Amino acid sequence: MEEALQRGWRGRAAALAALALAAAGCAEPWNNPYPAREARANIYYTDFQERPKHLDPARSYSSNEYAIIANVYEPPLQYHYLKRPYTLVPLTAEAVPKPRLYDARGRRLPDDAPAAQVAESVYEIRIRPGIRYQPHPAFARGPDGRFLYHHLTAREAARLRSPYDLPVRATRELTAADYVYQIKRLAHPAVASPIYGLMSEHIVGLRELGRRLEAAWREARARGERWLDLRRFALAGVELVDRYTFRVRIRGHYPQFVYWLAMPFFAPMPWEAERFYAQGVLAERNIVLDWFPVGTGPYMLTVNNPNRRMVLERNPEFHGERYPAEGAPGDHAAGLLADAGRPLPFIDRVVFSLEREEIPRWNKFLQGYYDMSGISEDAFDQAVRVGAGGEVSLTPALRAKGIRLQTAVLASVYYLGFNMLDPVVGGLDERGRKLRRAISIALDYEEYISIFMNGRGVPAQGPIPPGIFGHEEGEAGINPYVYEWRDGRARRRPLAEARRLLAEAGYPGGVDARTGKPLVLHFDVTGGRPDDKARLDWFRKQFAKLGIQLVVRATDYNRFQEKMRNGTAQIFTWGWNADYPDPENFLFLLYGPNGKVRHGGENAANYANPEFDRLFERMRAMPNGPERLALIRRMVDIARRDAPWVWGVNPKAYRLLHAWVGNAKPNLMANNTLKYLRIDPHLRAARRAEWNRPVLWPLALLALALAAAVAPAVAQWRRQERRPPLEGAGS
Amino acid sequence: MIAYIVRRVLYAIPILIGVNLITFALFFVVNTPDDMARMHLGVKRVTPEAIERWKRERGYDLPLFWNGAAEGAGKLTETIFYRKSVRLFVFDFGRSDRGRDIGEDIRQRMWPSLALAVPVFLAGLLTHVTVALVLVLFRGSYLDAWGTVTLVVLMSISALFYIIAGQYLVGKLMHLVPISGYAGGLDAVRFLALPAAIGILANLGANARWYRTLFLEEADKDYVRTARAKGLGELAVLFRHVLGNAMIPILTGVVAVLPLLFMGSLLLESFFAIPGLGSYTIDAIQAQDFAEVRAMVFLGSVLYIAGLLLTDISYTLVDPRVRLG
Repeated sequence: MEEALQRGWRGRAAALAALALAAAGCAEPWNNPYPAREARANIYYTDFQERPKHLDPARSYSSNEYAIIANVYEPPLQYHYLKRPYTLVPLTAEAVPKPRLYDARGRRLPDDAPAAQVAESVYEIRIRPGIRYQPHPAFARGPDGRFLYHHLTAREAARLRSPYDLPVRATRELTAADYVYQIKRLAHPAVASPIYGLMSEHIVGLRELGRRLEAAWREARARGERWLDLRRFALAGVELVDRYTFRVRIRGHYPQFVYWLAMPFFAPMPWEAERFYAQGVLAERNIVLDWFPVGTGPYMLTVNNPNRRMVLERNPEFHGERYPAEGAPGDHAAGLLADAGRPLPFIDRVVFSLEREEIPRWNKFLQGYYDMSGISEDAFDQAVRVGAGGEVSLTPALRAKGIRLQTAVLASVYYLGFNMLDPVVGGLDERGRKLRRAISIALDYEEYISIFMNGRGVPAQGPIPPGIFGHEEGEAGINPYVYEWRDGRARRRPLAEARRLLAEAGYPGGVDARTGKPLVLHFDVTGGRPDDKARLDWFRKQFAKLGIQLVVRATDYNRFQEKMRNGTAQIFTWGWNADYPDPENFLFLLYGPNGKVRHGGENAANYANPEFDRLFERMRAMPNGPERLALIRRMVDIARRDAPWVWGVNPKAYRLLHAWVGNAKPNLMANNTLKYLRIDPHLRAARRAEWNRPVLWPLALLALALAAAVAPAVAQWRRQERRPPLEGAGS
Repeated sequence: MIAYIVRRVLYAIPILIGVNLITFALFFVVNTPDDMARMHLGVKRVTPEAIERWKRERGYDLPLFWNGAAEGAGKLTETIFYRKSVRLFVFDFGRSDRGRDIGEDIRQRMWPSLALAVPVFLAGLLTHVTVALVLVLFRGSYLDAWGTVTLVVLMSISALFYIIAGQYLVGKLMHLVPISGYAGGLDAVRFLALPAAIGILANLGANARWYRTLFLEEADKDYVRTARAKGLGELAVLFRHVLGNAMIPILTGVVAVLPLLFMGSLLLESFFAIPGLGSYTIDAIQAQDFAEVRAMVFLGSVLYIAGLLLTDISYTLVDPRVRLG
């Protein structure tokens, strides 16, 4: 009997082991988070860390939102994918528009007229005929020509999870009126576009339109309406010339406007889409324009569950853009021109999965379930080795997987700012300048980058980051107040010079010569969490090198912002990411009339130097060229001399790519780059299977260990149970 | 009993008003409507005019509690507190500051939360009770001694450690389940197996030790000794007598948390990318979305009160000596 029982157990164990082995031998890994049917599909897998706030092109203004909508909506222009420096090229437009300049009396001015003479500049944009929107129920009409889904009932909408649950979809041709409609949306009070304030200063009549829309919207809401037909409202500065052409009138000369035409704010919006999504029964289902975009781009967002995943699918109506045939030097050798002239996009579907935490995201990349990845601080040592000379390379483990590393210095600057309105660290007098320059020398940003950024950054030499016109490399590009050029490289000036400057500023050894009291400065920061301690200690240590006591004033983000607005912060850190590749977008951060305290602008240091401001006003309207470069050099020199910022860091982005990802080139300006990427899904499936074979023996070992631990006790208990009751009662 | 329940429901109203008031005050002490507008509009190029427009559009341009400029009842009703709170009491959560319908979001997100919380709750209860019973069965043996030590060790470890170690061992090294993610239908099992196991393991130490204490206390009582004296086997004694009587405090304890299963688990949902209500609350706090924070706090309070009420009722069911009056 016992033998039979044992045979039975052995048989079952063998069957289980065979089943497990068979399952383990299957090609499909058990830990694949995607459906098995997708294993060899032409899909690009990526992640998002937090749900986007908005996907409405008039509202979105952050990189995680652009990662999606820039592939759906198409503004008139885009950045060339491969060329450097960054070059604007037409997207839906026929050409990159050149402004026509007019004086106050409406007379045409030459293109190089001084900015002071220009009263208005006019951009005429002609879009290409034949571009069509993605299929969408908003365009669907019945046989009588009436829209099928513009008056849905609660019952019809009750089961909808997405607009694509509606059975009929249609498309229509893109027209210039859609661009005009979108520009009007920037002034709509319910849309709350972040650039309304800025654009109302530039686009003629936008502010007036905003006021009219506010009144009209109030009345409409009082009547219980949810939609304003913006076609009924005229906008003085935007004119529809014909079906494919529109004109935008800009106050004065604002050549940077052309860059805005490459951002989703100026993407077309079909009125039908706004009308469709304005239905209350859809809004109750969270089916709104802010979540389900309608565009002409290479992809359309077909699944939007911001709590889990978003899916972009190839737009069947896409107008057939082709992969660029020209690139930067080296692109050909890197294989980036192999697809020249081929129709875009290459990938059928893009899946964005919600991944809040860094550890699972990184591990899934290593398992092959994400195609590209950044490198977090925690994973840096696993991924990258930094040589003695600062050169970076991948670790052998990652190289063995065929992973590649791409790096790029971002068009961003993170700096330490001085509040120039502050009586101690501010002011344009020699005392203030010397104090700030002494601190600039003492703050060893090379060390900061090495300790806190894993070497991912370069010390900034001025306000303009690499890759932007006006940035200069080598000896010509160094900040001579902080660095000197020795042995072919920039070297930080000695601390003795900083101490001398500090003494000349009236604080010898960090003591105020007038009062005899130590110089105490205040560093205003957000957070102040335990994680920040090392960083804050580092700052204290840097100031202590000069004998200056640095008091950290930590507060929450909102109070910090309030201090910045009120001008009560003294020293702070701040940053800026480029909106567009023009030096104006960085130098305006130091333009006096843009001061944060007095004007609510982006000049967080409240720096105001009349000479710098005069040069800025000339420079911003000029085209790139030697004359503009000369002005920029003068401006940068003034700023370096005044030192309102310790120029800080231009961060470097590191990106890892699996072997099956092709055509990837970092482009810091363009967001619509998914259409250029290529995937080899078969290689990916093979690698995933190879890297993710199930490992079962630890489970068996654990079961055995548990059984071994329990068995003696069970045996003891059974012996005890078998004893006669009397025997047990006596114990 | 019905009168008791009605009375308890009526008591809940001032409690909920109080909770709402405190949430409101705490939120607006930290975030002014201007801060909220800045958070939603982004940090770049936001003008004071845009902030005013955002506030006006969402009703945050009104005074917080008292509108001196309004007439009559308007002094109270024309305030942010009244406008944003009163509809909660009919469970109309309205729209979030980001424009989404909160009720719809809650309806969608409670299912993933339940898909994780219910198995963790049921299987956890079963596992924890079983482990405690096994220890009691082997009481005095090395298994009891080492088992208790192990439970103390388990309860001393942070839940975060279980999550990271579980993902590392089971997901990364053994490749048995996806490290994170979620899918609907039956496929959800693959994604929930690991977080559910971790949820059970993370609570094993504390719960099994508590249950063991309850069982041991019960096991020394006279009626149990009598049962043994009658010649019943230890298994029969434990399962028929000890378990039944010790379940009274266990059940009344777990009934209180039943309604809160809807609220999900903050840590597990966040690390395993499960789109439930736990991560929804975290999102709302991070995004300074007052409408969502307020709705979730209100819902949590209602469920907690419901849980306490159910506990009272469950007492009468498991212990006939208790009468609600």
